[in-house]
Amino acid sequence: MADSGLIKVFGILVWRDLLLALRRRAQIMNPLMFFVIVVTLFPLGIGPEPNLLQTLAPGVIWVAALLAAMLSLESIFHSDFEDGSLEQLLLIPHPLSVTVLAKAAAHWLTTGLPLLFLAPLLAVLLHLPNEAIRVLVLSLVLGTPVLSLIGAIGVALTVGLRRGGVLLSLLVLPLYIPVLIFAAGAVDNAAGGLPVTAHLSILGALLAFTLSLSPWAAAAALRISVE
Amino acid sequence: MWLWFHKLGSPKYFWTISGRLIPWLGGVTGVLMAVGLYLGLFVAPPDYQQGESYRIMFIHVPSAWNSMFIYLVMAVSAAIGLIWKMKVADSVAAASAPIGASFTLATLVTGSLWGKPMWGTWWVWDARLTSELILLFLYMGFMALQSTIEDRQKAARASAVLAIVGAVNVPIIYYSVIWWNTLHQPPTLSMAGTAAIVPSMLIPLLILAFAFKFFYVTVLLMRTRCEVLERERNSAWVQELAQEADTNLTPALSRSRAE
Repeated sequence: MADSGLIKVFGILVWRDLLLALRRRAQIMNPLMFFVIVVTLFPLGIGPEPNLLQTLAPGVIWVAALLAAMLSLESIFHSDFEDGSLEQLLLIPHPLSVTVLAKAAAHWLTTGLPLLFLAPLLAVLLHLPNEAIRVLVLSLVLGTPVLSLIGAIGVALTVGLRRGGVLLSLLVLPLYIPVLIFAAGAVDNAAGGLPVTAHLSILGALLAFTLSLSPWAAAAALRISVE
Repeated sequence: MWLWFHKLGSPKYFWTISGRLIPWLGGVTGVLMAVGLYLGLFVAPPDYQQGESYRIMFIHVPSAWNSMFIYLVMAVSAAIGLIWKMKVADSVAAASAPIGASFTLATLVTGSLWGKPMWGTWWVWDARLTSELILLFLYMGFMALQSTIEDRQKAARASAVLAIVGAVNVPIIYYSVIWWNTLHQPPTLSMAGTAAIVPSMLIPLLILAFAFKFFYVTVLLMRTRCEVLERERNSAWVQELAQEADTNLTPALSRSRAE
């Protein structure tokens, strides 16, 4: 009974955030445009040589994905904090970690999921081989939720602060490093014809780890920030 | 034991006991530092491969040990402050961060000074160097969060959460960097083989390691005393201290005015 209640609350919260995001479509579109533009800048800066672009592609795409995820992080709690609904969410009798998890899930659905469809196109532009593109999508499936979950901790810590944006990047980006290493490493290996299971397994482990622990940390941080 | 622990948690008790300890700790630091530096810089023989420039190790290695040790101290005391609401623990965490960041910076600087003659470059993307750099970023994030939040207690609790999350991440980051490194370039470089070090070099190194630890504790107590005073500035005992200092100062002041 209690469990079905929790699942229902989770569903309602995710649905609410999705509706809000759909009504402000720029909130979904802007990070995606940012992602595309950043990736386009690299060939312009480095030169159009296919071999060079192919070597750089995994890192470029993943760094752009990190930055796009980070720029959109504030949307997790910020507008709710401004209009006061975050305080109401803190008051509901269900565990706060479930609320946080729902918020992170909605963030992933609006920013991480669209990247899965855009990234292959950009990978083609950067001359990545087909096998590597498949692995790129897999690594994004496993890696981008981790970005949303770790990011939720960072936003929860900075939500009440003026000029929290730059601070957020200082806090969150060092914690993103393992995801970057293993995700870009997997794509790199795939492009070179090497096995990728080890990298993808570790990404999966990181996902399981953050999925189980980060909602608690973010909930604790939220309680401190909003009081 | 527990009584002592509880007593230490009281800012006033901490203030008096740390004031008594600082001169002793500072003295030990000075003696160890002088002996260690003398043995390291004058007594220990030059290395047959690296010549004299290996001596930078006597600063570099203790700094590196301290940089990681201090992060651990910071995270643990931040957690103590968060869980048991111990004010002194909050101050210890806040005071530790700048010291730890300085040791991390010292490690990076001395490392690259040593790297230039030895490896031929100032910087290589070696696993240890990279993870030390990331540790510096973690320290900076902690200090940035601490200074951005105006309410001191809130700042202490928020940065405690960050320190704990960071401490959980440090091993993950460390091992991922090691793996990334071995994947991208063959492990050509490793630090001087510490296992095969001769006693005349090892002894000064160990003495200096202890000297650096004592230095950290001394500076930590001094900084924590400042933090404690600032945080407790509205409490009665700090007011009393201020008044005492005032009365001690006033004769001197009035004399200088009379002249």
